[in-house]
Amino acid sequence: MEKTISIDTVYVPSEEVVARQVGGEFVLVPISAGVGDFEDAVFTLNEEGKAIWDRMDGKRTLREIALDLGTEYDTPIEEIQRDVIGFTEELFRRRILHQIPRQE
Amino acid sequence: MSSTTEFVVRKSLNSLFSSNAARPILSRLDIELTERCNNNCVHCYNNLPLHDESVRGRELSAQEIKTILRDAAALGCLGVRFSGGEPLVRPDFAELYVYARRRGLRVTLFTNATLITPTIAQLFCRIRPLEPIEVSLYGMAPKTYESVTGRPGSFEAAWRGIHLLQEYKIPFAVKAVILPENKEDKEAFVRWGETLFGSSGENPVQFVLYLNLHARRDSVRNKQICARRISAEDILESLRQFRPDYSGKLAQFCRKFMKIPGENIFSCGGGINKADIDPYGRLRLCMLLKDPRLSYDLKDGSLKEAVTSLLPQWRKIKSTNPEYLRRCARCFLKGLCLQCPAKSWLEHGSLDTPIEYFCEIAHVQARSVGLLGIGEQGWEVKNGKERIASYGENN
Ligand code: SF4
Ligand code: SF4
Repeated sequence: MEKTISIDTVYVPSEEVVARQVGGEFVLVPISAGVGDFEDAVFTLNEEGKAIWDRMDGKRTLREIALDLGTEYDTPIEEIQRDVIGFTEELFRRRILHQIPRQE
Repeated sequence: MSSTTEFVVRKSLNSLFSSNAARPILSRLDIELTERCNNNCVHCYNNLPLHDESVRGRELSAQEIKTILRDAAALGCLGVRFSGGEPLVRPDFAELYVYARRRGLRVTLFTNATLITPTIAQLFCRIRPLEPIEVSLYGMAPKTYESVTGRPGSFEAAWRGIHLLQEYKIPFAVKAVILPENKEDKEAFVRWGETLFGSSGENPVQFVLYLNLHARRDSVRNKQICARRISAEDILESLRQFRPDYSGKLAQFCRKFMKIPGENIFSCGGGINKADIDPYGRLRLCMLLKDPRLSYDLKDGSLKEAVTSLLPQWRKIKSTNPEYLRRCARCFLKGLCLQCPAKSWLEHGSLDTPIEYFCEIAHVQARSVGLLGIGEQGWEVKNGKERIASYGENN
């Protein structure tokens, strides 16, 4: 069964992925087989993607991340939430992000 | 934020820079992990005995190599190439490999495959190198193989390693070194290559036809190597026989790379976003360039400093050798010829001397495709550009 993304959940980068700056790009490089999709796939994040990624600190839920981004971007909060969920979905299904229980 | 923006773009590692103006200042680093090797091949240009403790004692520690890898990744480096000697003789190889991959570097490994164990194969399977493992192979039968490596049991060990790569589906390429000792195996190499990935596409077995002289200019070794060099005519024959579409590829190559180099001795890509680190921590412009004057001890400074200031400075060196200026500097075959500063130093101890063996190979190749007439010399030709253009058009 495919898991859906929940906005009140905490997502963190997998330890099997390295995030790095390469030239002018911010790149996610999968380390282990089965993370990412094809063998030498890497994922570049644009500025907004990186802003979301940087906030995935293992503490904040997606809702809290969206809220924080709302203070920086002049965009309606519903739209930001949609973006954060879309971004998470994309990386979650590639096992680049996974879900952890909220730490109180 | 906008929902129309693509937050995540999937790319292949190779295409990462196709549209990227901001290339990293270092895109690939070669690290020679050791010069020691468990084989003792007759033609090898740099191996030292496996158990040489004084050599071992001078090699970089795992921690020092990790620091270099960390610094390279910080400079944006995408890939590291571990070579040797035989890199797998280092007991910390797995640790270094995992470290490099965890820094987001893809890894190319040059190996003779004899030390690939199930544990190593499983590691490559779990944490993919992202580049084919490059296996050097010296024969298709124990007799031929071991007459090159000088080590009983090495044939079986190499094939065990290769079979493990196959079993774990780890991509690899094979460099088959052709020597008098194993030339009878040529056909067998090709046939085996075809069974590997089918006969369509490029055969993963590539022949190494050119031997380089010894890294430390050892005269005994050099005698051994020279005695095994294949003649220019035989090289041409092998190229025609075993490289599909040899003439078409050569034409493409000529269009791209053949131009008169002038007095600058580096007309290759060595040192452009790339560097080499020897087993003792000295940075060089490339793996083959052993002239101690063009080396920099990383203990004296940073990788960044060396890459950004020294490499470009070295690349500006101009020839002062009248013979080079008379010939190579004016030769339209230069792009086709294997003469380069690194090989010139191995042969002559100077960076800018013509190399007769490579000169002959370039001339034989050029004559065979009509770029040169009988008796003509590459450096005397005035209309090289036109000749290359018309050869390119017709192939
Ligand atoms: S081996 Fe020669 S051609 Fe190749 S990078 Fe080094 S100097 Fe350049
Ligand atoms: S073909 Fe001869 S002259 Fe021309 S570059 Fe090579 S070594 Fe020099």
